[in-house]
Amino acid sequence: MINKQGFTNGIIAAVVLLILSALLMGVQLANEGTGLVVKLKHAESLTLIAVGAVIVFLFQLFRQPIMGTIGMAKGALPAMPVLPDLKQNPKLKNLLMAFGLAALLIWPFTASRGAIDLATLTLIYIMLGLGLNIVVGLAGLLDLGYVGFYAVGAYTYALLSSYFGLSFWVCLPIAGLMAAFFGFILGFPVLRLRGDYLAIVTLGFGEIIRIMLNNMTELTGGPNGISQIAKPTLFGLEFNRKLKEGGDGLFHEFFGLAYSGTYKVIFLYILAVLLVVLTLFVINRLLRMPIGRAWEALREDEIACRSLGLNPTVIKLTAFTIGAAFAGFAGSFFAARQGFISPESFIFIESAIILAIVVLGGMGSQLGIILAAIVMTVLPELAREFQEYRMLMFGLLMVFMMIWRPQGLLPMKRPHMEMRSQ
Amino acid sequence: MLKLQNVSTCYGKIQALDDVTVEVKKGEIVSLIGANGAGKSTLLMTVCGDPRLASGSIEYMGEDISRKKTSEIMRSGIAIVPEGRRVFSRLTVEENLHMGGFFTEPSEFDKTLKHVYELFPRLKERQSQRSGTMSGGEQQMLAIGRAMMSRPKLLFLDEPSLGLAPLIIKQIFDIIEHLRDEGMTIFLVEQNANQALRLADRGYVLENGRIVLQDTGEALLTNENVRKAYLGG
Repeated sequence: MINKQGFTNGIIAAVVLLILSALLMGVQLANEGTGLVVKLKHAESLTLIAVGAVIVFLFQLFRQPIMGTIGMAKGALPAMPVLPDLKQNPKLKNLLMAFGLAALLIWPFTASRGAIDLATLTLIYIMLGLGLNIVVGLAGLLDLGYVGFYAVGAYTYALLSSYFGLSFWVCLPIAGLMAAFFGFILGFPVLRLRGDYLAIVTLGFGEIIRIMLNNMTELTGGPNGISQIAKPTLFGLEFNRKLKEGGDGLFHEFFGLAYSGTYKVIFLYILAVLLVVLTLFVINRLLRMPIGRAWEALREDEIACRSLGLNPTVIKLTAFTIGAAFAGFAGSFFAARQGFISPESFIFIESAIILAIVVLGGMGSQLGIILAAIVMTVLPELAREFQEYRMLMFGLLMVFMMIWRPQGLLPMKRPHMEMRSQ
Repeated sequence: MLKLQNVSTCYGKIQALDDVTVEVKKGEIVSLIGANGAGKSTLLMTVCGDPRLASGSIEYMGEDISRKKTSEIMRSGIAIVPEGRRVFSRLTVEENLHMGGFFTEPSEFDKTLKHVYELFPRLKERQSQRSGTMSGGEQQMLAIGRAMMSRPKLLFLDEPSLGLAPLIIKQIFDIIEHLRDEGMTIFLVEQNANQALRLADRGYVLENGRIVLQDTGEALLTNENVRKAYLGG
């Protein structure tokens, strides 16, 4: 059970841990007069370090039996539930979808305001995930600056609304078009790059948009952002307590209800649900068209695509542009919901989260992305109590995911081979 | 049908093709044989427009195509079965074939698909299987089928026997012959000189970017130098 290699490994691991943790956690800089001196920390943390080193050593020593037990435990874990094959049964599928949608629309009337708000945020991320999925999951283009298009959409609505007083409904398609336009402009020069190079350029693009918004103070308010962005209305009916000047009417007055702030939250939620349904519908349509298959083919083999007479740049450009358009829609909704946006909402971390949703969900799989978006937004909320350990847990979860299901939660499925008797 | 005249191609400063003249006539199988790195694949790719030729001319159906874009050339009745098959491995067989027929007239599409399935009953059996999970021979059949989906008049095959078992190679070459009998013009690039020349109406031998020999397939098979260099004495 205990072998020589385990012993050596244990010693090495423990020493490495001691050196690293002693420097990172064991010593402290303290002010003394005008200079800084290095001091040892109190005994507690030193004991912790020592305990840590012993644990690491023991783990390496008994690595084989431990990993064996874990392996057995893993085998004992229940397999992921297998969804019934809905392709064979379109009626059942439609019925399930109708029920699901109805449940989604009724749910907010029974839930708390905070829960609805969180659900709305989740829906925004689902929309972003689905959009980025076209670019990363289907066309295989690693885009690290997706948040840039999200920002374009948000600022399009915020600026048009605050400067020209245009309504949300007019701005929604404009925001999508603007984001698509930016996607097109960026895509044109960079899409001849591949892999890592494309990732770097898109990363830079996301940052450029943010910094531009930060610095164009006169137009965008710079770091102060834009506040008091108008909320969406229901056929002109506002959800405020009092009518704004020139407004058409108030929701609660029109329907003879007492004023409640919850109506607005529920309305936004339902709007988000409808936008996500629309997104799913459009993307599914695209996937069934030749262009959807071309995206996937391009991801698989660019040279083969060229040999079939396809123009890779054009196909990439469509993926990039359409993906960006969905970020634009999501952005304008985000601006409308928040009522306030600033460049700080569009930092790189956002791109990383959206990308994590796509990867976690299983590249290309839409159901997986919805699931992953829920995990990525709801889990941090649930884990709020753990405060600073939140991100640590998050990282841990990702590591386990990579071991347990490297293809994502629900990898894209294709019909498996059918054995036929010959 | 296809006429390369004094074509030279360069990769940077390295000259890969040097003054190559090759002709493929309608209804022929023409084989191009040569060792590794002789420039066989480069020749095919030059016709497809990538890399561009440095000098000379390429004429296809009486029209100079040497300045055309790759995508235009590949839509003008030329199809290529690329080296190493290059099927879209995570797409199903049928999806692969759909990609092959991307620019095929919708009215012709079903007929073409049916024809490909008749040529390769194996593909029909596996139509909803992911192509990456099939054997090398089946993938080669798929690559040929995919190229056929564009209803080409001229078919390029780049080393279709690469990495396949002798029995499968025979099947593949039988199919190539069958395609010729159906009226397809075929330009075959091979290292497997024996098989390629046996099938060929005419053949060319490429060495270091130059055509060193050209003759009928039969004559090349019995040629002293070819036997020594490519057929193992």
